[in-house]
Amino acid sequence: MNYTWNWGVFLQKTPDGSATYVDWLISGLGWTVSVALSAWVLALALGAVLGVMRTVPNKWLSGIATAYVEIFRNIPLLVQLFIWYFVVPEILPFGLGDKLKQMDPTLNAFITSFLCLGWFTAARVCEQVRAGINSLPKGQKNAGLATGLTLWQTYKFVLLPMAFRLVIPPLGSEFMNIFKNSSVALTIGLLELTAQSRQIAEYTANVFEAFIAATVIYIGITLTAVTIMRWLEQHFRVPGYISGGGGK
Amino acid sequence: MSYEFDWSSIPGAIPFLLKGMGLSLTLLALAMLGGIVFGTILALMRLSPIKPLAWFAGAYVNLFRSIPLILVIFWFYFLVPFIIAAISGQAATVGPFYSALIAFMIFEAAYYCEIIRAGIQSIPRGQVFAAYAVGMTYGQAMRYVILPQAFRNMIPLLLTQSIILFQDTSLVYVVSLPDFLGVAGKVGQRDGRLVEMYLFAAFVYFVMCYGASYVVKRLQKRYAV
Repeated sequence: MNYTWNWGVFLQKTPDGSATYVDWLISGLGWTVSVALSAWVLALALGAVLGVMRTVPNKWLSGIATAYVEIFRNIPLLVQLFIWYFVVPEILPFGLGDKLKQMDPTLNAFITSFLCLGWFTAARVCEQVRAGINSLPKGQKNAGLATGLTLWQTYKFVLLPMAFRLVIPPLGSEFMNIFKNSSVALTIGLLELTAQSRQIAEYTANVFEAFIAATVIYIGITLTAVTIMRWLEQHFRVPGYISGGGGK
Repeated sequence: MSYEFDWSSIPGAIPFLLKGMGLSLTLLALAMLGGIVFGTILALMRLSPIKPLAWFAGAYVNLFRSIPLILVIFWFYFLVPFIIAAISGQAATVGPFYSALIAFMIFEAAYYCEIIRAGIQSIPRGQVFAAYAVGMTYGQAMRYVILPQAFRNMIPLLLTQSIILFQDTSLVYVVSLPDFLGVAGKVGQRDGRLVEMYLFAAFVYFVMCYGASYVVKRLQKRYAV
Protein backbone atom coordinates (compact mmCIF):
# COMPACT_ATOMS: atom_id res chain seq x y z
CA MET A 1 0.00 0.00 0.00
CA ASN A 2 1.98 2.95 -1.18
CA TYR A 3 -0.52 5.74 -1.22
CA THR A 4 1.01 9.16 -0.70
CA TRP A 5 -1.18 11.44 1.31
CA ASN A 6 -1.13 15.05 0.24
CA TRP A 7 -3.61 17.28 1.97
CA GLY A 8 -2.09 20.31 0.29
CA VAL A 9 -3.77 19.18 -2.90
CA PHE A 10 -6.84 21.30 -2.20
CA LEU A 11 -4.81 24.49 -2.40
CA GLN A 12 -3.35 23.61 -5.78
CA LYS A 13 -4.56 25.35 -8.90
CA THR A 14 -7.00 23.46 -11.10
CA PRO A 15 -5.85 22.65 -14.66
CA ASP A 16 -7.44 25.75 -16.18
CA GLY A 17 -5.66 27.85 -13.55
CA SER A 18 -8.70 29.88 -12.62
CA ALA A 19 -9.40 28.30 -9.24
CA THR A 20 -8.11 25.96 -6.58
CA TYR A 21 -9.61 22.58 -5.77
CA VAL A 22 -11.12 24.03 -2.62
CA ASP A 23 -13.16 26.32 -4.85
CA TRP A 24 -14.48 23.24 -6.63
CA LEU A 25 -15.59 21.74 -3.33
CA ILE A 26 -17.26 24.99 -2.32
CA SER A 27 -19.06 25.31 -5.62
CA GLY A 28 -20.14 21.66 -5.30
CA LEU A 29 -21.49 22.34 -1.83
CA GLY A 30 -23.30 25.36 -3.26
CA TRP A 31 -25.11 23.26 -5.87
CA THR A 32 -25.93 20.52 -3.36
CA VAL A 33 -27.47 23.02 -0.97
CA SER A 34 -29.35 24.97 -3.65
CA VAL A 35 -30.85 21.87 -5.26
CA ALA A 36 -31.79 20.38 -1.90
CA LEU A 37 -33.31 23.55 -0.42
CA SER A 38 -35.28 24.56 -3.51
CA ALA A 39 -36.56 21.00 -3.93
CA TRP A 40 -37.48 20.94 -0.25
CA VAL A 41 -39.70 24.00 -0.65
CA LEU A 42 -41.46 22.37 -3.61
CA ALA A 43 -41.77 19.06 -1.73
CA LEU A 44 -43.27 20.73 1.34
CA ALA A 45 -45.85 22.68 -0.66
CA LEU A 46 -46.85 19.81 -2.92
CA GLY A 47 -46.64 17.21 -0.15
CA ALA A 48 -48.83 19.23 2.20
CA VAL A 49 -51.55 19.57 -0.45
CA LEU A 50 -51.34 15.88 -1.34
CA GLY A 51 -51.33 14.85 2.32
CA VAL A 52 -54.54 16.79 2.93
CA MET A 53 -56.04 15.33 -0.24
CA ARG A 54 -55.40 11.81 1.02
CA THR A 55 -57.49 12.44 4.13
CA VAL A 56 -60.50 14.27 2.71
CA PRO A 57 -63.74 12.31 2.27
CA ASN A 58 -63.68 12.53 -1.51
CA LYS A 59 -62.80 9.42 -3.50
CA TRP A 60 -61.40 11.33 -6.46
CA LEU A 61 -59.10 13.59 -4.50
CA SER A 62 -57.78 10.86 -2.22
CA GLY A 63 -57.47 8.50 -5.19
CA ILE A 64 -55.31 10.96 -7.10
CA ALA A 65 -53.07 11.54 -4.09
CA THR A 66 -52.75 7.81 -3.41
CA ALA A 67 -51.82 7.13 -7.04
CA TYR A 68 -49.24 9.91 -6.87
CA VAL A 69 -47.63 8.46 -3.76
CA GLU A 70 -47.51 4.92 -5.14
CA ILE A 71 -45.99 6.02 -8.45
CA PHE A 72 -43.31 8.22 -6.95
CA ARG A 73 -42.41 5.78 -4.18
CA ASN A 74 -42.10 2.69 -6.35
CA ILE A 75 -39.87 4.00 -9.11
CA PRO A 76 -36.17 4.42 -8.29
CA LEU A 77 -35.06 8.03 -7.93
CA LEU A 78 -32.46 7.64 -10.66
CA VAL A 79 -35.08 6.37 -13.12
CA GLN A 80 -37.31 9.31 -12.22
CA LEU A 81 -34.42 11.66 -12.85
CA PHE A 82 -33.77 10.15 -16.28
CA ILE A 83 -37.45 10.50 -17.12
CA TRP A 84 -37.38 14.17 -16.18
CA TYR A 85 -34.19 14.65 -18.14
CA PHE A 86 -34.67 12.52 -21.26
CA VAL A 87 -38.42 11.94 -21.57
CA VAL A 88 -40.20 15.04 -20.31
CA PRO A 89 -38.56 17.51 -22.74
CA GLU A 90 -39.65 15.27 -25.64
CA ILE A 91 -43.31 15.17 -24.73
CA LEU A 92 -43.82 18.73 -23.40
CA PRO A 93 -46.18 20.71 -25.62
CA PHE A 94 -45.76 24.19 -27.18
CA GLY A 95 -42.02 23.90 -27.78
CA LEU A 96 -41.34 24.08 -24.05
CA GLY A 97 -39.24 20.95 -24.37
CA ASP A 98 -37.05 22.53 -27.02
CA LYS A 99 -36.55 25.55 -24.80
CA LEU A 100 -35.38 23.22 -22.02
CA LYS A 101 -32.99 21.45 -24.36
CA GLN A 102 -31.48 24.67 -25.67
CA MET A 103 -30.93 26.04 -22.20
CA ASP A 104 -27.53 26.36 -20.58
CA PRO A 105 -26.68 22.75 -19.64
CA THR A 106 -25.96 23.55 -15.98
CA LEU A 107 -29.21 25.47 -15.58
CA ASN A 108 -31.06 22.68 -17.35
CA ALA A 109 -29.51 20.07 -15.03
CA PHE A 110 -30.36 22.22 -12.01
CA ILE A 111 -34.01 22.73 -12.98
CA THR A 112 -34.38 19.04 -13.82
CA SER A 113 -32.93 17.84 -10.51
CA PHE A 114 -34.94 20.43 -8.58
CA LEU A 115 -38.21 19.24 -10.14
CA CYS A 116 -37.30 15.57 -9.82
CA LEU A 117 -36.25 15.74 -6.17
CA GLY A 118 -39.16 18.00 -5.29
CA TRP A 119 -41.81 15.68 -6.76
CA PHE A 120 -40.05 12.60 -5.40
CA THR A 121 -39.84 13.96 -1.86
CA ALA A 122 -43.40 15.33 -2.03
CA ALA A 123 -44.66 11.73 -1.97
CA ARG A 124 -42.81 11.15 1.29
CA VAL A 125 -43.92 14.45 2.80
CA CYS A 126 -47.48 13.58 1.79
CA GLU A 127 -47.35 10.34 3.79
CA GLN A 128 -46.05 12.15 6.87
CA VAL A 129 -48.71 14.85 6.64
CA ARG A 130 -51.41 12.22 6.21
CA ALA A 131 -50.09 10.31 9.22
CA GLY A 132 -50.07 13.56 11.21
CA ILE A 133 -53.67 14.37 10.34
CA ASN A 134 -54.80 10.79 11.01
CA SER A 135 -53.04 10.76 14.38
CA LEU A 136 -55.37 13.50 15.66
CA PRO A 137 -58.31 12.20 17.66
CA LYS A 138 -61.40 11.78 15.47
CA GLY A 139 -63.31 13.97 17.89
CA GLN A 140 -61.41 17.07 16.80
CA LYS A 141 -62.77 16.90 13.28
CA ASN A 142 -66.27 16.05 14.49
CA ALA A 143 -66.15 18.88 17.02
CA GLY A 144 -65.11 21.30 14.32
CA LEU A 145 -67.95 20.21 12.07
CA ALA A 146 -70.42 20.22 14.97
CA THR A 147 -69.70 23.87 15.79
CA GLY A 148 -70.79 24.72 12.27
CA LEU A 149 -67.42 25.04 10.57
CA THR A 150 -67.32 23.82 6.98
CA LEU A 151 -64.95 20.96 6.16
CA TRP A 152 -62.45 23.43 4.72
CA GLN A 153 -62.62 25.61 7.84
CA THR A 154 -62.21 22.58 10.07
CA TYR A 155 -59.03 21.74 8.24
CA LYS A 156 -57.79 25.31 8.27
CA PHE A 157 -58.50 26.20 11.89
CA VAL A 158 -58.56 22.89 13.74
CA LEU A 159 -56.74 20.03 12.06
CA LEU A 160 -53.87 21.54 10.08
CA PRO A 161 -52.42 23.82 12.78
CA MET A 162 -52.08 20.76 15.01
CA ALA A 163 -51.02 18.32 12.30
CA PHE A 164 -48.27 20.53 10.88
CA ARG A 165 -46.68 20.86 14.30
CA LEU A 166 -46.88 17.11 14.92
CA VAL A 167 -45.19 16.19 11.64
CA ILE A 168 -42.08 18.31 12.20
CA PRO A 169 -40.00 15.49 13.77
CA PRO A 170 -40.69 12.89 11.05
CA LEU A 171 -40.12 15.52 8.36
CA GLY A 172 -36.63 16.06 9.79
CA SER A 173 -35.34 12.79 8.38
CA GLU A 174 -36.80 13.61 4.97
CA PHE A 175 -35.03 16.94 5.16
CA MET A 176 -31.73 15.10 5.69
CA ASN A 177 -32.52 12.64 2.91
CA ILE A 178 -33.02 15.35 0.34
CA PHE A 179 -29.41 16.51 0.70
CA LYS A 180 -28.14 12.96 0.24
CA ASN A 181 -30.52 12.26 -2.62
CA SER A 182 -29.38 15.38 -4.44
CA SER A 183 -26.19 13.48 -5.30
CA VAL A 184 -28.04 11.65 -8.09
CA ALA A 185 -27.92 14.96 -9.99
CA LEU A 186 -24.34 14.13 -10.92
CA THR A 187 -25.65 11.58 -13.44
CA ILE A 188 -27.12 14.36 -15.55
CA GLY A 189 -24.00 16.48 -15.29
CA LEU A 190 -24.69 18.78 -12.35
CA LEU A 191 -21.36 19.31 -10.57
CA GLU A 192 -22.62 19.02 -7.02
CA LEU A 193 -20.53 17.93 -4.06
CA THR A 194 -20.10 14.23 -4.88
CA ALA A 195 -19.38 15.00 -8.53
CA GLN A 196 -16.78 17.60 -7.59
CA SER A 197 -14.98 15.25 -5.22
CA ARG A 198 -15.00 12.58 -7.93
CA GLN A 199 -13.59 15.12 -10.36
CA ILE A 200 -10.85 16.16 -7.95
CA ALA A 201 -10.01 12.48 -7.46
CA GLU A 202 -9.66 12.07 -11.20
CA TYR A 203 -7.60 15.20 -11.80
CA THR A 204 -5.17 14.81 -8.90
CA ALA A 205 -5.12 11.06 -8.16
CA ASN A 206 -5.50 12.07 -4.51
CA VAL A 207 -8.64 9.96 -4.35
CA PHE A 208 -8.96 9.54 -0.62
CA GLU A 209 -8.37 13.17 0.34
CA ALA A 210 -11.11 14.17 -2.09
CA PHE A 211 -13.62 11.62 -0.77
CA ILE A 212 -12.75 12.28 2.86
CA ALA A 213 -13.39 15.98 2.24
CA ALA A 214 -16.78 15.24 0.67
CA THR A 215 -17.68 12.83 3.47
CA VAL A 216 -16.81 15.40 6.14
CA ILE A 217 -18.85 18.08 4.36
CA TYR A 218 -21.88 15.76 4.12
CA ILE A 219 -21.58 14.99 7.83
CA GLY A 220 -21.46 18.75 8.44
CA ILE A 221 -24.64 19.21 6.38
CA THR A 222 -26.39 16.47 8.33
CA LEU A 223 -25.34 17.93 11.68
CA THR A 224 -26.57 21.36 10.60
CA ALA A 225 -29.88 19.91 9.42
CA VAL A 226 -30.28 17.99 12.68
CA THR A 227 -29.61 21.12 14.72
CA ILE A 228 -32.13 23.17 12.74
CA MET A 229 -34.77 20.47 13.02
CA ARG A 230 -34.20 20.05 16.74
CA TRP A 231 -34.66 23.77 17.24
CA LEU A 232 -37.85 23.73 15.16
CA GLU A 233 -39.12 20.73 17.11
CA GLN A 234 -38.59 22.52 20.41
CA HIS A 235 -40.08 25.72 19.10
CA PHE A 236 -43.25 24.20 17.64
CA ARG A 237 -43.69 21.46 20.21
CA VAL A 238 -47.33 20.92 21.17
CA PRO A 239 -47.45 20.95 24.98
CA GLY A 240 -48.66 17.63 26.33
CA TYR A 241 -47.78 15.67 23.19
CA ILE A 242 -44.82 13.31 23.54
CA SER A 243 -44.42 13.13 19.78
CA GLY A 244 -44.19 16.89 19.58
CA GLY A 245 -40.49 16.81 20.36
CA GLY A 246 -38.49 15.76 23.35
CA GLY A 247 -37.17 17.43 26.44
CA LYS A 248 -37.90 20.33 28.76
CA MET B 1 -46.98 16.49 -28.44
CA SER B 2 -44.98 15.99 -31.58
CA TYR B 3 -43.07 12.99 -30.24
CA GLU B 4 -43.89 9.71 -31.93
CA PHE B 5 -43.46 6.71 -29.71
CA ASP B 6 -41.87 3.64 -31.17
CA TRP B 7 -41.72 0.67 -28.83
CA SER B 8 -40.30 -1.74 -31.40
CA SER B 9 -36.82 -1.92 -29.89
CA ILE B 10 -38.08 -3.53 -26.66
CA PRO B 11 -38.98 -7.07 -27.85
CA GLY B 12 -35.56 -7.63 -29.43
CA ALA B 13 -33.83 -6.36 -26.32
CA ILE B 14 -35.62 -8.68 -23.88
CA PRO B 15 -32.66 -11.12 -23.49
CA PHE B 16 -30.31 -8.23 -22.59
CA LEU B 17 -32.86 -6.69 -20.28
CA LEU B 18 -33.36 -10.02 -18.50
CA LYS B 19 -29.61 -10.33 -18.05
CA GLY B 20 -29.55 -6.82 -16.61
CA MET B 21 -32.41 -7.66 -14.27
CA GLY B 22 -30.49 -10.77 -13.25
CA LEU B 23 -27.59 -8.60 -12.19
CA SER B 24 -29.90 -6.23 -10.29
CA LEU B 25 -31.53 -9.13 -8.45
CA THR B 26 -28.18 -10.80 -7.70
CA LEU B 27 -26.94 -7.54 -6.22
CA LEU B 28 -30.16 -7.27 -4.22
CA ALA B 29 -29.99 -10.82 -2.85
CA LEU B 30 -26.31 -10.70 -1.88
CA ALA B 31 -26.48 -7.18 -0.45
CA MET B 32 -29.60 -8.13 1.52
CA LEU B 33 -27.93 -11.22 2.93
CA GLY B 34 -24.70 -9.41 3.80
CA GLY B 35 -26.53 -6.33 5.03
CA ILE B 36 -28.81 -8.27 7.37
CA VAL B 37 -26.03 -10.45 8.79
CA PHE B 38 -23.72 -7.49 9.31
CA GLY B 39 -26.64 -5.34 10.49
CA THR B 40 -27.52 -7.94 13.14
CA ILE B 41 -23.95 -7.91 14.44
CA LEU B 42 -24.02 -4.10 14.53
CA ALA B 43 -27.36 -4.09 16.33
CA LEU B 44 -26.03 -6.49 18.99
CA MET B 45 -22.99 -4.24 19.36
CA ARG B 46 -25.16 -1.15 19.72
CA LEU B 47 -27.11 -2.82 22.50
CA SER B 48 -24.01 -4.27 24.11
CA PRO B 49 -23.09 -3.13 27.64
CA ILE B 50 -19.46 -2.91 26.47
CA LYS B 51 -19.14 0.83 25.80
CA PRO B 52 -16.52 0.85 23.00
CA LEU B 53 -18.57 -1.65 20.98
CA ALA B 54 -21.77 0.33 21.41
CA TRP B 55 -19.94 3.52 20.58
CA PHE B 56 -18.39 2.06 17.44
CA ALA B 57 -21.71 0.73 16.15
CA GLY B 58 -23.42 4.05 16.88
CA ALA B 59 -20.74 6.00 15.04
CA TYR B 60 -20.91 3.56 12.14
CA VAL B 61 -24.66 3.93 11.75
CA ASN B 62 -24.57 7.71 12.03
CA LEU B 63 -21.72 7.98 9.54
CA PHE B 64 -23.42 5.90 6.85
CA ARG B 65 -26.76 7.53 7.39
CA SER B 66 -25.30 10.97 6.74
CA ILE B 67 -23.57 10.35 3.43
CA PRO B 68 -25.14 9.58 0.04
CA LEU B 69 -25.00 6.03 -1.29
CA ILE B 70 -23.39 7.25 -4.52
CA LEU B 71 -20.44 8.60 -2.54
CA VAL B 72 -20.14 5.25 -0.74
CA ILE B 73 -20.13 3.43 -4.09
CA PHE B 74 -17.33 5.72 -5.28
CA TRP B 75 -15.45 5.20 -2.02
CA PHE B 76 -15.38 1.45 -2.35
CA TYR B 77 -14.74 1.56 -6.08
CA PHE B 78 -11.35 3.07 -5.24
CA LEU B 79 -10.81 1.65 -1.77
CA VAL B 80 -11.37 -2.08 -2.37
CA PRO B 81 -8.45 -2.52 -4.82
CA PHE B 82 -6.20 -0.72 -2.32
CA ILE B 83 -7.22 -2.95 0.55
CA ILE B 84 -6.76 -6.09 -1.51
CA ALA B 85 -3.35 -4.90 -2.63
CA ALA B 86 -2.43 -4.21 0.99
CA ILE B 87 -3.53 -7.68 2.11
CA SER B 88 -2.18 -9.77 -0.75
CA GLY B 89 0.84 -7.61 -1.42
CA GLN B 90 0.21 -7.31 -5.13
CA ALA B 91 -1.89 -5.06 -7.32
CA ALA B 92 -5.33 -6.48 -7.96
CA THR B 93 -8.44 -5.56 -9.85
CA VAL B 94 -11.81 -6.65 -8.50
CA GLY B 95 -14.07 -4.98 -11.00
CA PRO B 96 -17.02 -2.74 -10.28
CA PHE B 97 -19.43 -5.56 -9.39
CA TYR B 98 -17.66 -6.68 -6.22
CA SER B 99 -16.76 -3.17 -5.11
CA ALA B 100 -20.39 -2.08 -5.60
CA LEU B 101 -21.62 -5.18 -3.78
CA ILE B 102 -19.36 -4.46 -0.80
CA ALA B 103 -20.50 -0.83 -0.83
CA PHE B 104 -24.16 -1.93 -0.70
CA MET B 105 -23.53 -4.42 2.11
CA ILE B 106 -21.64 -1.91 4.23
CA PHE B 107 -24.12 0.90 3.54
CA GLU B 108 -27.34 -1.05 3.97
CA ALA B 109 -26.04 -2.71 7.15
CA ALA B 110 -26.41 0.69 8.85
CA TYR B 111 -30.10 0.84 7.90
CA TYR B 112 -30.80 -2.82 8.69
CA CYS B 113 -29.02 -2.32 12.02
CA GLU B 114 -31.52 0.30 13.14
CA ILE B 115 -34.49 -1.90 12.17
CA ILE B 116 -33.02 -4.93 13.94
CA ARG B 117 -32.13 -2.89 17.02
CA ALA B 118 -35.72 -1.65 17.28
CA GLY B 119 -36.91 -5.24 16.80
CA ILE B 120 -34.72 -6.55 19.61
CA GLN B 121 -35.75 -3.70 21.89
CA SER B 122 -39.41 -4.50 21.26
CA ILE B 123 -38.95 -7.84 23.08
CA PRO B 124 -39.76 -7.43 26.77
CA ARG B 125 -36.66 -7.33 29.01
CA GLY B 126 -38.14 -10.06 31.18
CA GLN B 127 -37.51 -12.61 28.44
CA VAL B 128 -33.76 -12.01 28.59
CA PHE B 129 -33.82 -12.41 32.36
CA ALA B 130 -35.94 -15.55 32.04
CA ALA B 131 -33.45 -17.01 29.56
CA TYR B 132 -30.55 -16.23 31.91
CA ALA B 133 -32.52 -17.63 34.84
CA VAL B 134 -32.87 -21.03 33.15
CA GLY B 135 -29.11 -21.04 32.70
CA MET B 136 -28.69 -19.88 29.10
CA THR B 137 -25.61 -17.95 28.08
CA TYR B 138 -25.87 -14.60 26.25
CA GLY B 139 -25.40 -16.33 22.90
CA GLN B 140 -28.04 -18.93 23.63
CA ALA B 141 -30.52 -16.36 24.89
CA MET B 142 -30.10 -14.32 21.71
CA ARG B 143 -30.20 -17.32 19.40
CA TYR B 144 -33.07 -19.27 20.88
CA VAL B 145 -35.21 -16.66 22.61
CA ILE B 146 -34.74 -13.07 21.49
CA LEU B 147 -33.72 -13.09 17.82
CA PRO B 148 -36.38 -15.56 16.55
CA GLN B 149 -39.14 -13.37 17.98
CA ALA B 150 -37.46 -10.11 17.04
CA PHE B 151 -37.00 -11.18 13.42
CA ARG B 152 -40.61 -12.24 13.17
CA ASN B 153 -41.69 -8.79 14.33
CA MET B 154 -39.44 -6.96 11.96
CA ILE B 155 -39.92 -9.00 8.77
CA PRO B 156 -42.20 -6.35 7.20
CA LEU B 157 -39.71 -3.56 7.92
CA LEU B 158 -36.76 -5.61 6.69
CA LEU B 159 -38.63 -6.36 3.47
CA THR B 160 -39.62 -2.72 3.00
CA GLN B 161 -35.98 -1.73 3.44
CA SER B 162 -35.08 -4.39 0.86
CA ILE B 163 -37.51 -2.86 -1.65
CA ILE B 164 -35.68 0.43 -1.12
CA LEU B 165 -32.40 -1.45 -1.56
CA PHE B 166 -33.69 -2.88 -4.84
CA GLN B 167 -34.45 0.63 -6.05
CA ASP B 168 -31.01 1.75 -4.88
CA THR B 169 -29.26 -0.92 -6.93
CA SER B 170 -30.02 1.25 -9.96
CA LEU B 171 -27.30 3.60 -8.66
CA VAL B 172 -24.60 1.21 -9.89
CA TYR B 173 -25.13 3.25 -13.04
CA VAL B 174 -22.37 5.53 -11.70
CA VAL B 175 -19.77 2.75 -12.01
CA SER B 176 -21.19 1.66 -15.40
CA LEU B 177 -22.42 -1.77 -14.30
CA PRO B 178 -24.94 -3.28 -16.74
CA ASP B 179 -27.85 -3.65 -14.32
CA PHE B 180 -31.45 -3.42 -15.58
CA LEU B 181 -31.42 0.35 -15.85
CA GLY B 182 -27.93 0.37 -17.37
CA VAL B 183 -28.96 -2.13 -20.07
CA ALA B 184 -32.17 -0.20 -20.78
CA GLY B 185 -30.11 2.96 -21.21
CA LYS B 186 -27.60 1.26 -23.50
CA VAL B 187 -30.30 -0.23 -25.72
CA GLY B 188 -32.05 3.13 -25.81
CA GLN B 189 -28.87 4.88 -26.85
CA ARG B 190 -28.10 2.28 -29.52
CA ASP B 191 -31.55 2.58 -31.10
CA GLY B 192 -32.09 6.27 -30.41
CA ARG B 193 -35.08 5.26 -28.26
CA LEU B 194 -34.09 6.53 -24.80
CA VAL B 195 -37.58 7.88 -24.16
CA GLU B 196 -39.28 4.51 -24.64
CA MET B 197 -36.60 2.53 -22.83
CA TYR B 198 -36.61 4.72 -19.72
CA LEU B 199 -40.41 4.72 -19.60
CA PHE B 200 -40.34 0.93 -19.94
CA ALA B 201 -37.71 0.65 -17.17
CA ALA B 202 -39.83 2.86 -14.91
CA PHE B 203 -42.86 0.68 -15.63
CA VAL B 204 -40.99 -2.54 -14.79
CA TYR B 205 -39.55 -1.11 -11.56
CA PHE B 206 -42.98 0.18 -10.61
CA VAL B 207 -44.73 -3.16 -11.16
CA MET B 208 -42.05 -5.06 -9.21
CA CYS B 209 -41.83 -2.65 -6.27
CA TYR B 210 -45.57 -2.07 -6.06
CA GLY B 211 -46.21 -5.80 -6.19
CA ALA B 212 -43.59 -6.46 -3.53
CA SER B 213 -44.92 -3.79 -1.19
CA TYR B 214 -48.44 -5.18 -1.66
CA VAL B 215 -47.19 -8.61 -0.60
CA VAL B 216 -45.42 -7.06 2.40
CA LYS B 217 -48.65 -5.35 3.44
CA ARG B 218 -50.50 -8.68 3.27
CA LEU B 219 -47.77 -10.40 5.28
CA GLN B 220 -47.89 -7.66 7.87
CA LYS B 221 -51.62 -8.21 8.41
CA ARG B 222 -51.20 -11.97 8.58
CA TYR B 223 -48.26 -12.08 10.97
CA ALA B 224 -49.21 -9.15 13.15
CA VAL B 225 -48.61 -10.25 16.72
